[in-house]
Amino acid sequence: MLQRFFATLRMTENKELEGELLQMEIKVLKDILDANEQIAERNRQLLDSNSVFAVNLMSTPGAGKTSLILQTLKELKGETKIGVIEGDVSSSLDAEVIGKEGVPVIQINTGGECHLDANMLSSALNALPLQDIGLLLIENVGNLVCPAEFALGENKKVLISSIPEGDDKPFKYPLMFHTVDAVLINKIDLLPYLKFDTAVFSQVIKGINEKVEIFQISCATGQGIEQWVSWLQSQMNQRYGG
Amino acid sequence: MHELAITKSMLDLVLGQAEKAEAKEVGQINLVIGEMCGVVDECVQFYFNFLSQGTIAEGAALSFTMVPTMARCRVCDKPFELKEFDWTCPYCQGDKIEIIAGKELFVESIEVK
Repeated sequence: MLQRFFATLRMTENKELEGELLQMEIKVLKDILDANEQIAERNRQLLDSNSVFAVNLMSTPGAGKTSLILQTLKELKGETKIGVIEGDVSSSLDAEVIGKEGVPVIQINTGGECHLDANMLSSALNALPLQDIGLLLIENVGNLVCPAEFALGENKKVLISSIPEGDDKPFKYPLMFHTVDAVLINKIDLLPYLKFDTAVFSQVIKGINEKVEIFQISCATGQGIEQWVSWLQSQMNQRYGG
Repeated sequence: MHELAITKSMLDLVLGQAEKAEAKEVGQINLVIGEMCGVVDECVQFYFNFLSQGTIAEGAALSFTMVPTMARCRVCDKPFELKEFDWTCPYCQGDKIEIIAGKELFVESIEVK
């Protein structure tokens, strides 16, 4: 996105209109979400200085973000210290579920906002014991539009897309599918019952997002979780060493 | 729904720029918005009317330049406009594309007094 900033002022004096104020056009050419980007960059530095690898988990409501966090916790128990941030418009249901697993968890209630932003994340980071965390899983608000726009300071953006949603979603939410580092096709155990062409779906995503990693998983049966976790670990090792 | 946060952020940016220029009034705000961002101009206008009350940008006209989503084929390298449910290249039918426009979301300029 555009990050340039020109402070050029172009004055257009309008002397015919006596008594009127001087009119001028100010070239701004500045990204509207620049303020968010700046806070996201500060979050990134804070996470980096504590060697915390942060993953921004996004999906529609009900696609399996919380279930994926639970499966990931189970798989990495004893290996990696995990912290969780739960983003919801309201309630602390998810945080209570995750809290039972004995990991540090912070609930953010956005109070109506349909996405997390860098500023909300910043407050949550201040409340977490970052020095004791290796992997931070951030559950964004269930939504395929708004979270794609707001950087948090994460290392990776991961989208969960589930079988009942249908395989046409990349066409409807192109920015999201274009932006993410990995797509997890969840509820793969439901494939025999629903119409969903995983090959076409994957091909369409790869078409618009060359570098994306795609995994087929089921949080219900545990299928594919090992592959997802092993990718996650390899990304963490690449960033902070084994 | 993200229009509220986007409009807030846009207004802060505009007011900051206007203040730097010691402006007394913002007359017009020229915005450039990519189609891919899914930003609805009527929503931005609605939130702006509300949020700008009591600021020097109150009553400013918003001008929207919408940028269509453009892709470049990664096979034959030709640019084309991305259609809603067909992401194949109209020239070579390749299905590997690169987005080259449509993600814009910025304030181009403001007109102040």
